[in-house]
Amino acid sequence: MTILELADNPPVPPLSMRVHQHPRQFNWGREGYLVVKRKCDKCDKPATHHSVEIINGEKIEKHLCDQHAAEEGISIKAVQAPINELLTNFVKLQGESAQLKEEEEQEEQGEMVAGQTSGMKGYACPECGLTFNQFREKSLLGCSECYKAFERQLCNLLERAHEGGVHHIGKVPVRAGVSENKQTQLMRMRKRLDEAVDSEDYELAARLRDDIRSFEESAE
Amino acid sequence: MNIGKMTDHAGEWLRGNGPHHDIVISSRIRLARNIAGFPFVNRANLRQQHEVLALCHEHIVEQKLEDDVLWIDLRDSPQLDRELLVERHLISKQHAGSKEEAPRAVAIGVDETFAIMINEEDHLRMQVLRSGLQLTEAFQHINHMDDQLESKLNYAYSQRFGYLTACPTNVGTGIRVSVMLHLPALKLTGEIEKVRRAARDMHLAVRGLFGEGSEAIGDLYQISNQTTLGKSEMEILADFETTVVPQIIAYEKQARQALLQQRPEQLDDKIHRALAILKHARVMGTEEVLQLLSHMRLGVNLGRITSVDMKTINDLFLLTQPAHLQRIASRSMSPVERRVERASLIRSKLKHCAVE
Repeated sequence: MTILELADNPPVPPLSMRVHQHPRQFNWGREGYLVVKRKCDKCDKPATHHSVEIINGEKIEKHLCDQHAAEEGISIKAVQAPINELLTNFVKLQGESAQLKEEEEQEEQGEMVAGQTSGMKGYACPECGLTFNQFREKSLLGCSECYKAFERQLCNLLERAHEGGVHHIGKVPVRAGVSENKQTQLMRMRKRLDEAVDSEDYELAARLRDDIRSFEESAE
Repeated sequence: MNIGKMTDHAGEWLRGNGPHHDIVISSRIRLARNIAGFPFVNRANLRQQHEVLALCHEHIVEQKLEDDVLWIDLRDSPQLDRELLVERHLISKQHAGSKEEAPRAVAIGVDETFAIMINEEDHLRMQVLRSGLQLTEAFQHINHMDDQLESKLNYAYSQRFGYLTACPTNVGTGIRVSVMLHLPALKLTGEIEKVRRAARDMHLAVRGLFGEGSEAIGDLYQISNQTTLGKSEMEILADFETTVVPQIIAYEKQARQALLQQRPEQLDDKIHRALAILKHARVMGTEEVLQLLSHMRLGVNLGRITSVDMKTINDLFLLTQPAHLQRIASRSMSPVERRVERASLIRSKLKHCAVE
């Protein structure tokens, strides 16, 4: 039996095949125009789940409402979940399982590992201070260093969000960017500058500003 | 150029020309970029946000990234203007609606073919818009802009993850390719769900006229890539140009032919009913208007109505939106007033079109 559209991981034929698969007559409503809301095969409710199965070479179409589809054990997401929602849910799950795992590990070892006492939840990016929890809430990272700080957790998430992609392929900045170490250094220098301005140490600020400028130029 | 002048015509994406303009309304490409050394916008303090804004102003305006650039500081632009820019797809709702004092801006090309948002979710969000199916041209344009900027700014970039973005769903190429399609026949024949499903299988997002979370009103659908990591810009573009879009076009055309051959009376009824209502109604909501314009657009494309031209219809798609209506009337209006004003604007634009 081949289930074309409802299997969990259907083999994905090229779009052309799927689109032109059923050059069937269009369905016309009672009024003679407009569509076609198919009724459920088992009741009068509108069908929301449609499938085509081929059994012994014979095509069997099924059209079911939510309830009957659930009874049949067929259940697919009717609407596309916005990526952000997906992400939020996934990140939450991630965080929880990561946290659990870590706590378990800690229990096993019977000792607390320094810096991991609060589990993943309170773990923060050393550069911008964003905690993993804050990332979970907004789905936004705080700075480029976060990609290193949360690398392990992000890899799973990225794989899910990008069809398995975890390595960049494509455009590389013409001057290959500033090397990553230099980017980190730049981030730290800017942070110091910011602190200097905060504490009204303008002399230091001016000096840092010059440093940043010459550092950026040397990076080119 | 100023914002006020925009309201008498439709923007680039609704110009109604370009390859396959009967079905493909517009092609859009955007790139997300951040400047190295600064936290992302959501973690940057006001001073850092100001600094990013100043840096971008220097490299986009003072150093003339393009010939004619209109720089709009969104802190001191009226709300109506910001809404107008959203309706023209030049800024996002999020960018229009951030906290008043958040330092942010948009740089717009004089012909509205490009727009660069500064301090939205990422430091830089640049987009290029073209009418019809012109993804290659759009990419060449945006890639050139990106090269220019990158020769002066240090982008946050890692060898492993590519261009670093605030949201990990954009990391890698930072590219979003999207095409806006007008698919009235697939909607009328109930085949649109198949397109949605096929798109989803290919990891493409299907959205309505105004992006994320919006309904597909007026039979307008935006299809865009979701994968940005592990796939090059060229691969993503090729997917769209050689596979996805041509097939949806063919499918929509097939549905249009089926309508013509199997139900010409019902098709004509839809089209002429739309024209008649638009010509005579006195109170109209946006959604109803977009739906009727959609049927009219189909009628014009299929040669079933000849007294209306495409430009009029495309203009109306935009000019009947709330901010545009108010800008044209140069006063702010309540929703009820707008419905009356909308109907009246449409009547005046369609005054000379005979009901056939």
